[in-house]
Amino acid sequence: MAIQPLTQFRIEPIAPLHLGEMNIMFTNSSLLMVLGVVLSAGFLIFAGRRAALVPGRLQGFAEMMYEALTGIVRENGGDEALKLFPLIFTIFLFVFMGNFLGMMPFSFTYTSHIIVTMALALFVILTVVIVGLIKHGFGFFSLFAPAGVPLFVMPILIPVEVISFLARPFSLAMRLFLNMMAGHMVLKIFAGFCIMFISMGGIAMAGAIVPFAIKIAVTAFEFFVSLLQAYIFTLFTCIYLRDAIYLHPHEEAH
Amino acid sequence: MELAQMKLLAAAIALLPLTGVGIGLGMIGSNITQAISRNPSASDKITQAGILLTAFTEAIGLFAFGAAMVMLFS
Repeated sequence: MAIQPLTQFRIEPIAPLHLGEMNIMFTNSSLLMVLGVVLSAGFLIFAGRRAALVPGRLQGFAEMMYEALTGIVRENGGDEALKLFPLIFTIFLFVFMGNFLGMMPFSFTYTSHIIVTMALALFVILTVVIVGLIKHGFGFFSLFAPAGVPLFVMPILIPVEVISFLARPFSLAMRLFLNMMAGHMVLKIFAGFCIMFISMGGIAMAGAIVPFAIKIAVTAFEFFVSLLQAYIFTLFTCIYLRDAIYLHPHEEAH
Repeated sequence: MELAQMKLLAAAIALLPLTGVGIGLGMIGSNITQAISRNPSASDKITQAGILLTAFTEAIGLFAFGAAMVMLFS
C-alpha cells in the first residue's frame, strides 16, 4: 500500500458559508485557529482572576511566560519595542498554539500552510515598515545606506540591502512553514513504514519496532521544534523592530 | 529524458547542499563544546546562542528541502 504523506495537509470544510460570491467556509484550519485563540486567551484570563500578590501556581506560570517574553523583547528589541508587546505576545502564542495543537492526534497544523505563515510574516514586516516610517519619516530609508561606507560602494550596496530587507518576510514565513511541513511529513512517513511492516504479517511484524522507535524520537523532537520555532519567529520580529526603531548599522543575523 | 525523470533528478540534486548544512551544524556543535569547556559559568548563554544558531542553519537546509518538494510535486 502506498504511503501518502501529503494528504494530512488537506483543508476540509466543516460548515459552508457564503459571502456573496466568495466561499468563506469554516474549515478544519479555522476550527483549530479558533481553538488556539480560545485556549491561550482563556488560560491567560483565567490565570489573572483574583490576582494575588504572591501568585499561586497557575498565575505563576502565566507570569513566568509574560516575564520571559518581556525579557526577550527588551533584550532584542530595545526598550522602545515594549510598546508593541501585545502584538509580539499574540504572535508568539498564535504560532505556538498552531504548532503545538498540530501534534495532538487527529489534529491539523494550521501553521503548516504557507498562506498562514506568509500572512503572519507580511503582517510583521508591514508593522516594522509602518513603525519605522512613523518614527523617522522618510529617514527610515537611511536604513539601507549604512554609515561609514565610501561613496563609490553605495550603488552596489543599496540594492543589496534593499533585497536583503525584502527577503526577510519570505525567510521568516518559509522557515516556519517548512519546519512544520517537513516535520509532519517525516512523522507520517515513519507511521507508514510501521503499517507496512505490520501488513506483511508473520515474523516481519517484529521489525515494526524500528520505525516505531524512530517515530517516538522524532515526535519528541517535533514537540521541541514547535516551541523553538515559535520562539524564533518572535525573536526575529523583535530584531526587525529594533532595526526599524533604532537605525543603527545593523548586523545581519540571517 | 522525459519530464517526470528530470523532475526526480532535479529534486535529488536540490538536496545536495545539505552537506554544507551538515558541516555548518557540526561547526556550531564543536564551537559550543569548546566554548563551554573554556568558560563553564557562561554555559547558559552559550547554549541559548547555540540553539538559536542551529535554528538559522536548519532553516537553510529546509529551504533546500522545500525546493526539492516543489520540484517533486508540481
